[in-house]
Amino acid sequence: MKAIKFAAAAVMSFAAVSAQAGTLDDVKARGELNCVVSTGLVGFAAPDADGKWAGFDVDFCRAVAAAVLGDADKVKFVPSTGKTRFTLLNSGEGDILFRNTTETMSRDADLKLSFLPVNYYDGQGFMVPKALGVASAKDLDGASICIQTGTTTELNLADFFRINNISYEPVPIETNEEAKTNYLAERCDVYTTDASGLAATRAAFEAPDDHVLLPEIISKEPLGGAVRHGDDQWADIGKWVVNALISAEEAGITMDNVAELGKAAGDNPTVNRMLGTEGDFGSMIGLDAQWAMRAIMAVGNYGEIFDRHIGPDTAIALQRGLNAQWKDGGILYSAPIR
Amino acid sequence: MSSQVSGHAENVVTTDRRGLLSRIWNDKETRSVIIQVLALALICAFFAYIIRNAVVNLEAIGKGFSFDFLWQPASYDINQHLIEYTSRSSHFRAMIVGLINTVLVAIAGIVLATVLGFALGVLRLSKNWLTNKLAHVYIEYMRNVPILLHILLVHGIIVHTLPRPKSAMNFGDTVFLSNRGLVSPTPHPEPLFWIVAAMFVAGVIFAILFRRWARRVQDQTGKIYPVFWISLLAVIVVPVALYFLLGSPIQWEVPALKGFNFKGGWNIRPEFIALWLALSLYTAAFIGEIVRAGITAVNYGQTEASAALGLSRGRTLNLVVIPQALRVIVPPLSSQYLNITKNSSLAIAIGYMDVTATIGGISLNQTGREMECMMIVMLIYLILSLLISTFMNWYNNRIKLVER
Amino acid sequence: MTTESTQAGAGADPYKQHYEPGTHPDLPPPFATSGPLLWLRENLFSSPANIVMSLVSLFLLYKILPGVIDWAVLDAAFTGADRNECRAKASGACWAFISERLRLFTFGFYPVEERWRVWLAFVLLVVVVVAVLWEKCPFRKPLLWFGIVYPLVAGWLLVGGMGLTPVSTDKFGGIMLTLVIGVTGIAFSLPIGIVLALGRQSNLPIIKYSCVGFIEFIRGVPLITLLFVASTMLSYFLPPGTSFDLLLRVLIMVTLFSAAYMAEVIRGGLQAIPKGQIEAADAMGLKYWPSMRLIVLPQALKISIPGIVNTFIGLFKDTTLVIIIGLLDPLGIGRASLADTKWNGLTYEVYLFVALFFFVACFAMARYSLYLENKLHTGHKR
Repeated sequence: MKAIKFAAAAVMSFAAVSAQAGTLDDVKARGELNCVVSTGLVGFAAPDADGKWAGFDVDFCRAVAAAVLGDADKVKFVPSTGKTRFTLLNSGEGDILFRNTTETMSRDADLKLSFLPVNYYDGQGFMVPKALGVASAKDLDGASICIQTGTTTELNLADFFRINNISYEPVPIETNEEAKTNYLAERCDVYTTDASGLAATRAAFEAPDDHVLLPEIISKEPLGGAVRHGDDQWADIGKWVVNALISAEEAGITMDNVAELGKAAGDNPTVNRMLGTEGDFGSMIGLDAQWAMRAIMAVGNYGEIFDRHIGPDTAIALQRGLNAQWKDGGILYSAPIR
Repeated sequence: MSSQVSGHAENVVTTDRRGLLSRIWNDKETRSVIIQVLALALICAFFAYIIRNAVVNLEAIGKGFSFDFLWQPASYDINQHLIEYTSRSSHFRAMIVGLINTVLVAIAGIVLATVLGFALGVLRLSKNWLTNKLAHVYIEYMRNVPILLHILLVHGIIVHTLPRPKSAMNFGDTVFLSNRGLVSPTPHPEPLFWIVAAMFVAGVIFAILFRRWARRVQDQTGKIYPVFWISLLAVIVVPVALYFLLGSPIQWEVPALKGFNFKGGWNIRPEFIALWLALSLYTAAFIGEIVRAGITAVNYGQTEASAALGLSRGRTLNLVVIPQALRVIVPPLSSQYLNITKNSSLAIAIGYMDVTATIGGISLNQTGREMECMMIVMLIYLILSLLISTFMNWYNNRIKLVER
Repeated sequence: MTTESTQAGAGADPYKQHYEPGTHPDLPPPFATSGPLLWLRENLFSSPANIVMSLVSLFLLYKILPGVIDWAVLDAAFTGADRNECRAKASGACWAFISERLRLFTFGFYPVEERWRVWLAFVLLVVVVVAVLWEKCPFRKPLLWFGIVYPLVAGWLLVGGMGLTPVSTDKFGGIMLTLVIGVTGIAFSLPIGIVLALGRQSNLPIIKYSCVGFIEFIRGVPLITLLFVASTMLSYFLPPGTSFDLLLRVLIMVTLFSAAYMAEVIRGGLQAIPKGQIEAADAMGLKYWPSMRLIVLPQALKISIPGIVNTFIGLFKDTTLVIIIGLLDPLGIGRASLADTKWNGLTYEVYLFVALFFFVACFAMARYSLYLENKLHTGHKR
């Protein structure tokens, strides 16, 4: 037994050994945040030609790294398919997951994940070529439908067609990229995934206007980050970084004015609490007082992230819709930092 | 002087002790026991260690270890299921569906690869320079490019170059080929058909018995019957004739284009076709070389000797060359069959729903039971491998040279 | 030929003319008994079946070859900034895509300013390989010793540390990644395979059956299931809170995988050694390891060379499977590049380019094995 331990220790000299205690300590010791993202969904998480990752989900990873490590670039992105993402997180390959992932009860309780606040309210939609002349998802009897395996969309689809008693041929596919290839080659008539994903995929087509999204949204897909069960402090960090970014938009803190506002306590106690000039909220989650300031400085507030990657001015051109602040008619409603 | 003595005495003690150790070590029996006990202890310690780690790690995130999830509804659909399956069926059933799909593509691959491989092996021995070289180029290309690439390439060609269902290739309004697969009519046998089926079974039994009888007659009298032609008559010609005499007692459900896809009939999906073709074409190249080596291993003197005995070319091949070549061919052939089975797990690259994709893929992901699912998948492949090797060993023993 | 007959048949026929000795003119050779025509007749048209085969082959060539050559060479575009420019120029392949991404295909995401290290490691690899393969290589002895430490040197060069800028292994990709996995697997699977094969032949039951169990387990499951375990589940089996590099885990798995196959190949070689050899070694007073090292293994390994090289080739081809767990080998890089809107739909170009790379590498290995096999036939065969 001792010999084995010794051998294991020898192997570990290769490895980053760290204490069991907490993910926060692990991440700090490593000096790098391992963030599980998608293998490539333009606008949410995709590498460019130099291998640099960018997107909506990527910015949440960067915000957490900025809050925890003080440097938004100290992130190692772990690309995952729909199938491998939870295994990667649970086995400790990743510290946190931002991969357009739907929060569900079984994932929370049975897959042992702790979900962070929802950062994108989505629903499952269908995309079809305009030429097919389909107006509703209920006209899809007998169609071949491309789906990404290992997602909630796969389950919703089975339920939707079962309830409406229509038949279909599922064409299971690993990644969004292959789904796109197969859809364009007309291996399938329909591509179904989260409406945001459809918009992002369509934006990358050569002729986006030849394809339409059907009106039906067949499911609720509250997308959010997640961490492993069993480390409440780490879950709190993830939760409050996301909340801080959402609250920042509500409070009017932006990437440009955050440095100015954070210099000294101002008139607005909400802003003061968030930026660490009043109270000691950082130490409650094991961080310093400037945690939120660094996160906002690195990626901006929620609205800025949205506009930069998937907003109306980008190729993906998503409207805020449900994802507007609650004051503006949306359902984005962050718990207060107080 | 005294110091010298004591020094000497010390020396004696040490040599004695060393002597004991080296005596133990040099004793073959004891040494082998010691080594084995040590090895066993190391192995047990290793497993105990990793199992303890797994238990601790699973506990830390509050996961258990249980196979109960197998009886929960799977909730996802599978496009190719040879047994009844809906999204309400259990994960266990999904696993069986996947297993059947794996076995299906493996068997189909083994059959096609064997046929193509033997053809290639014969072509490689052909005196025709052009054919020989073509076969050689084909074999070298196939063998030196990864199988995954072949699978992706074949799938790509099928999906991209075959026509869409609306303009599917039409073979006599009954069979249609498009990038959604090959659709063919489904047979619905009428009662009279079972007479034909019975006739076929009878034909097979007759052929087997006739073959035995003819061999015995040949051994005793030297008289040779045309076994092949008579068997063909009994097994194929008679049942087919009967089928038409009874007025074709099978209703064919002919597929027709309706909406997006063909409705009715059997659909062989492009994923199956791609995987099957790629596996067969790839493995056939290896089998071709095995067959060539097997045939060249038979001394040419054997052929000459049988010619001297007056055997025809066909009989020389059947009775002299092939039985000897098979002894060389079968052992490597069985490892190729194992390779086909294991390589079929690459199905996930193109979305064919085999056992790796169902229980080892979607079920694993939807339930989060990595440990249990991967154990099942590995166990299934181990059992399949074991079955194939057992069968091939049995066959190998049957054909192997019996030395008297 | 008699004079009567020639006179009787007198006429224009030069064959039948009578000539005085020494005045016979040069005649054309008989038809098709030498030269290319004879070759054609003997090799392509010797019998009806042969003629049919030749015609079928010619037909196949006629059907396939022109299309492929047109697409790949004559109608192909070699320059262009994106797919549309390619299509505007020519209807065939768009190789501009490959040449634009060639660096990515070669180095993956390895930092540009550190790529000299990859080159250096590659050049050293070539030197070592030449020394191993070419017996008359100058300085062969010291180079072979260097070959033993080469994996460490290359590892240091590629990963960095100790004076070099560290490069994270998730930046490895493309052909470089294939070579890293392939070379490591080849270098380590042979010794492990030898040990496993000897273990399987051992008289000690526990050693024997643990080796048998290991070998048969590895050979009974597909590589991708092992890679999946290595990439996503291995952390469950490590002490809580530890993990080590993904590439390292893949290297270990690939090495163990091919070691099991290697062990079976070597076992075949071991079984072919007559028992008399071992008995003779025993009689000479050689213990187990010396008799293996000096008598049995040299002979067994020589017999197994074709099998060993085949295992190497298989290992090299199997490196493509790492894309299933998210590492970017040339195939993975190709598929990731296809995501680029600029180059949408150039699937065949990517696949054929990657196929060409693997073909060249594996074909070369196969040819070398053939050469070695012929050279090492020291008189056991006619």
